Amino acid sequence: MIKDNLAWPICWKKSSKPHNFCPGCGHPIILKNLGYVIDELGIQNNTLFGIDIGCSLLAWNFFNVDTIQTHHGRTIPVVTGAKRAKRDAVAIAYLGDGGAYAIGMQHLISARIRNENITVIIVNNANYGMTGGQEAPTTISGQITATTQHGADEYFLQGPELLFNASKTPAYIARGCVDNPIQLKGFIKKAIDFQMQEKGFSFVEILSFCPTNWKTDAKNTLDFMKKLKEFYPVKEFTNIN
Amino acid sequence: MKELLTGNEVVVRAALDAGARAFFGYPITPTTEIMSGWDSAYETNPEKLIFLQTEDEMSAGFATIGAILTGTKAFTATAGPGNILMQDAFSMAEAMQLPIVAIIGQRGGPSTASVIYSQQEVILTSFGGNGEGYRIVYSPSSIKELYDYTIKSFNTAWHYMIPTFVLTDGYTLKTRTNVELKKPTKLEISKPIVLKSLKRNNRQESNYVNLRNTYSVEEECFDNNKALIEKWNKIKKEIEEHEVFSYDKSVKDTLIMAHGIVASSVKQALSDTKKKSVKLFRPITLNPFPVDALKKELKGIKQIIVTESAENQLLKLVKENLYGLNIPIKTYNKPALGITPEEIIDVIKNNK
Repeated sequence: MIKDNLAWPICWKKSSKPHNFCPGCGHPIILKNLGYVIDELGIQNNTLFGIDIGCSLLAWNFFNVDTIQTHHGRTIPVVTGAKRAKRDAVAIAYLGDGGAYAIGMQHLISARIRNENITVIIVNNANYGMTGGQEAPTTISGQITATTQHGADEYFLQGPELLFNASKTPAYIARGCVDNPIQLKGFIKKAIDFQMQEKGFSFVEILSFCPTNWKTDAKNTLDFMKKLKEFYPVKEFTNIN
Repeated sequence: MKELLTGNEVVVRAALDAGARAFFGYPITPTTEIMSGWDSAYETNPEKLIFLQTEDEMSAGFATIGAILTGTKAFTATAGPGNILMQDAFSMAEAMQLPIVAIIGQRGGPSTASVIYSQQEVILTSFGGNGEGYRIVYSPSSIKELYDYTIKSFNTAWHYMIPTFVLTDGYTLKTRTNVELKKPTKLEISKPIVLKSLKRNNRQESNYVNLRNTYSVEEECFDNNKALIEKWNKIKKEIEEHEVFSYDKSVKDTLIMAHGIVASSVKQALSDTKKKSVKLFRPITLNPFPVDALKKELKGIKQIIVTESAENQLLKLVKENLYGLNIPIKTYNKPALGITPEEIIDVIKNNK
């Protein structure tokens, strides 16, 4: 039995640890910081944590927080329906870049345009991890993936930038990175706090490691992350004060 | 008191009378007026009711599920291509045994075709998606029944915790007729599946639900399948419904199988012709299929006639359920066309 201490959040579900993510994966860093935010905001009992298909689904039993793992790309509608039915709930949708920017893009952009009072957290690791590292909407120019064996084309999707420009309605939108957990935790906290103040749509994209599919060692993982940041600047894209 | 109402208006009334609070949908003929009717109800009572016109049918289905998880009686309505898209959400509801209710206005296929007469979504609605069809499908025959079975769908869905469908068509939904609606006396209660309490001991793991539709190993998935099969086998006899209709009680040698609005035509034809040797067997639940009741009615029957506004939907169910019985089956099937009492009379007259 693990004892509580500052090394892990109170809302961690200890019986589900060790977690099922690959060694070196960024998801556990993100989830740990989300857990701290849930603790700090005191929302463990009124949060509905929605989880997509892909690597994100491995978080289905990560927390002692009510969790619904749904179909690919459909997490945003599920938490939207829940939030509209129960306004005092905190609704969080947790998806990968494929679920959010490819198969579920219509839900993501519609949630932004309708200003759904939910928080969406997207994990951007620039590929489809669970299925073996195929090209994602976020795969960067020249990146080698299972389906871009000679290097990806020059097109890639900047989610926060797109969402920020999709509507003039104030929203909290940010891009963080797992290599700076303190800043990342701040972004997640601001996003959920925005929802709790009933201000509307909040969104954090998080650049995350995928050494398994990047086929990188520790040094090359950090180097590739540096490169990713050139395509995806870490910042808050906010039109709120 | 009799009122002049369309089928779509009756569905909205039924949902409200059944205690529904939320509707999520995407416009599609012939069920659009369920959405606009719900919107009107929502406008008069925005504190209590919830309405969202979503970006597509996947969103409508999954948002309905989201609301249901919190303990809200929620429903949706769709048709044709929308029914296909919504199978994504219905599959999840089937696998997780969530009590979603959906009104399906069948459309003629292939592609986006006729919106008035069709019974071509029997198989899709009963067995669509990646599941085995653990769902209830009611096929009402009139606007009065549309009201009763919409209410019943909410009760069945929430009593058994199972996806439940009202399978109908544009003719029934858009016809305006005099109808007397009897409010239900008993309603099932909807309880939250998630967020059951704000006051939970946060150190106790069992106080939290981690719902999933994913399995680590095949055997785990098999266990879930077994649980679904056992539940289905346990409840289906309680849910099965059918109707037998004939002009009188004399001995019959011919049984006509029809459901929904086509069954109404058959009833009319049997009444008009006073045909004594023929009876109608109408499955009210297409799924579960009332197979025992049908076999009982087949004693002395020398011939079955299947008639439907489809080519091989009800027929497929009849053949599957009567496998091994050696009774000849004739058909009078018209995919995506209506079938009038006069046509049924001709079928009976010409039947040797």
